[in-house]
Amino acid sequence: MIFNYITEHVVIVLIAILVSILIGIVLGVIAYWVRLAEKLILWIVEILQTIPSLALLAMLMIVFGLGNVTLIVGLVLYALMPIVRNTHTGLTNVEPFIKDAARGMGMTKLQRLVKVELPLSFPLIFSGIKIALVNSLSVAVMGVLIGAGGLGFPIYRGIQTQSMQLILTGAIPVVLMALIFDFFMSKIERRLLKRA
Amino acid sequence: MIRFENVTKSYGKNVILRNLNFTINPGEFVVLIGPSGCGKTTTLKTINRLIEPDGGKIFIDEKDITKENPVELRRTIGYVIQQIGLFPNMTVEENIAIVPKLLKYPKEKWQGVVKELLELVGMPYEQNAHKYPSELSGGQQQRIGVLRALAASPPIVLMDEPFGALDPITRDTLQDEVRRIQKKLKKTIVFVTHDMDEALKMADVIVFMDSGKILQMASPEEMLRNPADPLIAEFMGKHMSNANMIFTAADFMKTRVTKVSRTTLTLQSIELMRNREVNSLLVINDDDTYFGSVSIEKLRSQGKPGKEIGDMVSDEAPVVNVKDDARETFDKLMTSPTGYVVVLNDDATVAGLITKTSMTKAMGEALWGEMSS
Ligand SMILES: Nc1ncnc2c1ncn2[C@@H]1O[C@H](COP(=O)(O)OP(=O)(O)O)[C@@H](O)[C@H]1O
Ligand SMILES: [Mg+2]
Repeated sequence: MIFNYITEHVVIVLIAILVSILIGIVLGVIAYWVRLAEKLILWIVEILQTIPSLALLAMLMIVFGLGNVTLIVGLVLYALMPIVRNTHTGLTNVEPFIKDAARGMGMTKLQRLVKVELPLSFPLIFSGIKIALVNSLSVAVMGVLIGAGGLGFPIYRGIQTQSMQLILTGAIPVVLMALIFDFFMSKIERRLLKRA
Repeated sequence: MIRFENVTKSYGKNVILRNLNFTINPGEFVVLIGPSGCGKTTTLKTINRLIEPDGGKIFIDEKDITKENPVELRRTIGYVIQQIGLFPNMTVEENIAIVPKLLKYPKEKWQGVVKELLELVGMPYEQNAHKYPSELSGGQQQRIGVLRALAASPPIVLMDEPFGALDPITRDTLQDEVRRIQKKLKKTIVFVTHDMDEALKMADVIVFMDSGKILQMASPEEMLRNPADPLIAEFMGKHMSNANMIFTAADFMKTRVTKVSRTTLTLQSIELMRNREVNSLLVINDDDTYFGSVSIEKLRSQGKPGKEIGDMVSDEAPVVNVKDDARETFDKLMTSPTGYVVVLNDDATVAGLITKTSMTKAMGEALWGEMSS
């Protein structure tokens, strides 16, 4: 029974993170490329992050209704900030002489991005993804309040029935997963940073 | 051929390039030199359009480069920078093959190029192609940097202080390699440096810049002989004095000479010569001015115990002033019957003596620096 909740929880979070990675990197690249958009994009993702997760989900519920989709949209918005910010910072911080060399070789803007700038920013982007993923695992618990599945459900039922056991059945896997993802992704992160 | 026509560039109120006009011929090794901030890098980057001038035109083979697509233009111009700028996420092979791949060479062709080029600098393909830049020494990295610039056979290669960050020995080796490659592949190279040694070693033509202007454009020989500006002369420092031969007699004389007064007696003089291991003496008057010289042969044939040396001097030895030109002094030395030339100060006192030995030693020092002995 609990395994169904765990699976659902993980699937929701992973879908949200994948979508967030795609949108986040695109936004990070646009912020890096387009001067005019830079401030605006960074400002919006920052604002999104400061909205309390419950309030954000409630607002989305008005638009998207009840269910997993609403939770995923909320998680995506919430996860954007670290990914966009780290992508933008990573791209901006590639050594100027590397960019100069790439330009001097006759690479187009897109070739420079794909072959040089993104690969060199990858360690930082990966850290952003790690932060986003670990956060999302706990934020997703709120999903139960807007009719989504996952580990929020046993926790919520535990609160209603004042059953500590039920609360822990839901909470412990969330904490454990967060710790495990954090541990392994931090390891990878360190290796990436060392290579760069 | 690269031709600059009234090229100007400013950043705000700062004028960086002031009306540059010059032509670089195919196959020439041209070195841009000048004090830091004089606009060398800016000039170089206008050639591959990393920087666009505000005014004037640049032609490559008589084609205005602003009429070309900058990306395609850059693929036909090699580019090497001081910070090397190899892409750390790519192997040596991938780095070298960047431009060939951009130009859509088939795989066999670009792999052939990589092998050939690595061979050219003595870095075998098998050992090196699959390494990452961080696994190479600084010198090896810049070798790859140079190869990357050469990979698509560009007729023109731009190099911005490419060896500035290397240790002197590695720098020397790479200078030789680049010069050899340039001669072999007949590239036109535009090379920026602030090191006059490097410029003199590498250049067919040196372009000396200062605050965005060209002070002189000439062959190394010509620039050494006729620097157009005191700043250029200063930059050439030690090289200048050799080339201009502004040597005087004083530069070639030895100052440890054996001087005796006119009243010294024969036996005393012979004893002195034996002690000092010299075969002539310079005889001076009481006021220290030069009187004449006496050789050991003369002393042996004419000297008698008790006879004063002043009575035996000859004026056979040529005499020059300390400030006399070294060349004249050299001629006098060659024809001197005594085998030496006496060098006098302005007040006619003895300054020194030039012998063939002292001359040779001084010339050696001028060429190779202070000698150990
Ligand atoms: N992007 C820029 N904005 C403003 N000033 C610049 C810029 N790039 C270079 N400069 C100035 O232009 C001058 C010439 O620079 P540069 O061509 O790099 O000199 P060099 O290579 O001879 O040392 C310097 O004074 C430098 O500060
Ligand atoms: Mg420079």
